[in-house]
Amino acid sequence: MQAKTRRRAIWAAACSVLAGLLLAAPGAFAGVITPEKGGSPNADDIHTLYVIVLIIAIPIFLLVEGVLIWSLIRYRRRKGGPQPAQIRGNTPLEISWTVGAALILVVLGVITFVYLDDIGNPPASLPGGFQGAQFATIDQPSPPRSGGPTLRVRVNGQQYLWRYEYPDLPGPNYSYYELVVPTKTTVVLEVTASDVIHSWWIPKLGGKVDATPGYVNKTWFRISKPGRYVGQCAELCGPNHADMRAVVRAVEPAEFEAWLRRHRIDILEAQQALAQQRQERARRGDVQ
Amino acid sequence: MEAATVAPSDAVRAVRKAASPPEVVMHGLRPAPRGWLSWLTTTDHKRIGIMYLVLTFTFFLIGGVEALIIRLQLAGPDNTLVTPEAYNALVTMHGSTMIFLFFVPVIAGFANYLVPLMIGARDMAFPRLNAFSFWTLFFAGITFYASLFFHPPAAGWTSYTPLSDDAFSPDGGIDAWILMIHLTTVSSLAGAVNFIATIHNMRAPGMTWGRLPLFVWSILIYSYLLVLALPSLSAAATMLLTDRHFGTAFFDPAGGGSPLLWQHLFWFFGHPEVYIMILPMFGIVSEVLPVFARKPIFGYKAIAASTVAIAFLSILVWAHHMFTTPTAEVVLAFFMLSSFVIAVPTGIKIFNWLATLWRGSIEFKTPLIFAAALPGLFVIGGISGVMLAIFPIDWQVHDTYFVVAHFHYVLFGGGAFALIAGLYYWYPKMTGRLMSERLGKLSFWLMFIGFNATFLVQHSAGLSGMPRRIYDYAASSGWGEYNLISTIGSFILGIGVLVTVFNAVWSLKRGQVAGNDPWHANTLEWFVPSPPPENNFDQIPRVRSLEPMQDLRAQVRSTQGQPAGTVAQPVAPTR
Repeated sequence: MQAKTRRRAIWAAACSVLAGLLLAAPGAFAGVITPEKGGSPNADDIHTLYVIVLIIAIPIFLLVEGVLIWSLIRYRRRKGGPQPAQIRGNTPLEISWTVGAALILVVLGVITFVYLDDIGNPPASLPGGFQGAQFATIDQPSPPRSGGPTLRVRVNGQQYLWRYEYPDLPGPNYSYYELVVPTKTTVVLEVTASDVIHSWWIPKLGGKVDATPGYVNKTWFRISKPGRYVGQCAELCGPNHADMRAVVRAVEPAEFEAWLRRHRIDILEAQQALAQQRQERARRGDVQ
Repeated sequence: MEAATVAPSDAVRAVRKAASPPEVVMHGLRPAPRGWLSWLTTTDHKRIGIMYLVLTFTFFLIGGVEALIIRLQLAGPDNTLVTPEAYNALVTMHGSTMIFLFFVPVIAGFANYLVPLMIGARDMAFPRLNAFSFWTLFFAGITFYASLFFHPPAAGWTSYTPLSDDAFSPDGGIDAWILMIHLTTVSSLAGAVNFIATIHNMRAPGMTWGRLPLFVWSILIYSYLLVLALPSLSAAATMLLTDRHFGTAFFDPAGGGSPLLWQHLFWFFGHPEVYIMILPMFGIVSEVLPVFARKPIFGYKAIAASTVAIAFLSILVWAHHMFTTPTAEVVLAFFMLSSFVIAVPTGIKIFNWLATLWRGSIEFKTPLIFAAALPGLFVIGGISGVMLAIFPIDWQVHDTYFVVAHFHYVLFGGGAFALIAGLYYWYPKMTGRLMSERLGKLSFWLMFIGFNATFLVQHSAGLSGMPRRIYDYAASSGWGEYNLISTIGSFILGIGVLVTVFNAVWSLKRGQVAGNDPWHANTLEWFVPSPPPENNFDQIPRVRSLEPMQDLRAQVRSTQGQPAGTVAQPVAPTR
């Protein structure tokens, strides 16, 4: 009796520790047992969806492993043990686990559709966002729920570099490798590629989209606090696929405007210098 | 106990004394040809099966060595063991070898050996076509590995266009890959047609569809799936070939083609392919578990029906490999839901296996341990599979190590463990000798620990942002620990596999002599001597239930008055 009580106490303690870990774990272990989050609302929503699915999955996992291990131990062959039960099936039992499995999947489907809207559709920019952002709509994957101002960025993948351009802002304004964006502003990316397939992915800013030649794929993010967010190409694109990194640098909207102005001047100056050099060489008779 | 209710089998008319060794005596048969030439020219399904198994396990070892080199390269950050080009080639060779040269044909090896024996046939329906299938596979392997001497393919086992097009992969490696695809496809299609014809037409008298062993059910469905899925791959590979050499532009957007077309055609084959590989493994587990639990399989009809259901559904889920491509959300939603549906019949199988073990009298032989690992490991791959089917989650984990972990839990944890269960289970039938139990259990624990150490942490690597197919990562990424654990695990796993390989070679001469029926099994292959004579059966017994061997045993018991345990195997007629 004493032993039984003690064993029960140990079980209860173990279960409560396990339950505590389960509740605390998803937040504490982002990137260990759950996806990255913290940069953009869509990444956070995917994280939440994942945690819900994980919490539904854990009892199923424990049930299967538990019954398996318990059966293997409890029903191992022993001298003088019971005869194996000659059971060929049990229709009510079989129907109930079929229906049970189906019901769990229905629940998962419903939960996914509940979250889908927030993950797929770009929301409006936050107050204090970049003023130059346009009232743009995107028709793919689906129209935005609210036509708030968004900043459009064209992203082009090429071996082994990303190129960015802001089509709605005064140009020339292209850049490579590092994408500079204003905070509190919804940024809609139009992702394509000019050679092979690449995949745009910054884990903290949400899911990845393939950059496919001949297609434009769309995604979005909205960053609240300034900082650097890193990622890398997620589709095999050649020998240096591993070196195709991407960085998103989020800055305050005012700083973004200043950066954009300076960047535009830099590009124009560089273009002028190039044109001058060309003229010079043409004058000297150098072959182009 | 129930012996009195079983009518005397046709095949067991006269029964010898229990003291004399029971055997099927062959009459009027030429001695089996010997020498290496007889192997080259054989059309005997058993010899072809053994050649298949030896060849495919060789490819398994080659693919395993490639995997270990990959793991060594990734063991630490900023490693320079192999060049980026060589790394991509290794990834491509590993994937292609394991899928096309190991997993699909190794099933053909087992099926070749076992299907005629299990259904009570004397050979396959088309023995020469059978030999053709094997030799086509052999040359497919040679074609593929010959590329090592010029330039191996390096566009991944999926060979996505435009990377695999001539503009980005101008050397001949991709062409070797395409020819390998064509040859393995021809080999598998010929084999599939052969299995379908054999299973439909050559079953023993009394073996109705409701008495067909579950392994044979799975091979029948495997064959139908091959016939349905492979032509799509053949067509795509041919289109890639003409794109590369004859100026067409099926997959080139500049010429009006679409890189997505390749992905659709590839995965229309590629997803059924997953079930082509795993359904026969389910079949092996469904054979092994009841034998060692000493119970009939629980829910025979549900397992057979779920095999058919999975096969049908597997044709409708291909675009769940393409959730990150530019595709309308409604399409993604359809493929998410269709992928969900497939989890139901898969769950049914797992519950049926658990119920088969429940209240059994489980004998811990090596085949049982390996077979019982399948539900335990597959469920992890199944759960991560449902997560991947939810496309917003897939947007985060697609093409990361999370996916790598997922499909290795399915194909290695599920597939390879079941395969090795099959090897330990049927080895005594093929060679006449048992494999060492001690080495078998050692191999199991090494493989089980090594496998989980290798792949469990890969979930975390993927969740923290590590894409697949990268040859290198920075120390600042924080992936170093995961990868080091994974590499150490992979070598433990490798040693575990080598123990089984050693066991198989060692037991060939030194193993304990098995006799006809060492496991007291249920199906007809255990009725004939080990190894079986060339014509398999002198007389084909009439099948009266799902477990014909139990009927035969009961019958011997009733005619001889022996208690149940002492009848080693049924005795064939002496004429």
